[in-house]
Amino acid sequence: MSDPTHDRIDALVKEHRVLLFMKGDRRVPQCGFSATVVQILDSLLPEYATFDVLSDDEIRQAIKEYSSWPTIPQLYVGGEFQGGCDIVRELYETGELQQLLAPGA
Amino acid sequence: MDRREHIETKLTRELEATHVEIVDESHLHAGHAGAAGGGGHFRALIVSPRFEGLASLARQRLVYGALAAEMEGEIHALSIRALTPSEWRA
Repeated sequence: MSDPTHDRIDALVKEHRVLLFMKGDRRVPQCGFSATVVQILDSLLPEYATFDVLSDDEIRQAIKEYSSWPTIPQLYVGGEFQGGCDIVRELYETGELQQLLAPGA
Repeated sequence: MDRREHIETKLTRELEATHVEIVDESHLHAGHAGAAGGGGHFRALIVSPRFEGLASLARQRLVYGALAAEMEGEIHALSIRALTPSEWRA
């Protein structure tokens, strides 16, 4: 069964190798948890994509079901859900995030 | 029972947690846009044998699953540390 919002998310996560669903944008995050993930990604990557869920209520609701994850931010790498703020921070501290984001990884 | 106790009780029951600590940090976020819906910000430490053999993502999914109803309302944000009993003792 095809759901247009689900398909939009599908297209987004396939289009961008690193995509962060967040509140606000990279320059002006609207939530502390989103800001933390942006700060970590900024330290590792010159370029990555963000999607501001506050700008799109359909995606804001649908992404929670798509990922089976009830909160924002949500990080996708290579089309795969990685986690929210706590997990991104943990992956960063263990060095796994650096490996995951390395070019060609 | 306040929100914090309710969450503690539910996690203890649903996840067979041996230790649960919930800190209500809502006051730190008063006034920001996300707090407008009335949901609180909480920090949780949960120790349960159910986390054995699971990566962080799967552990957090279990926690969110146990609190699915609360995530729709009284919880706006939940910072989770999910440990097995042996990790907790370490």
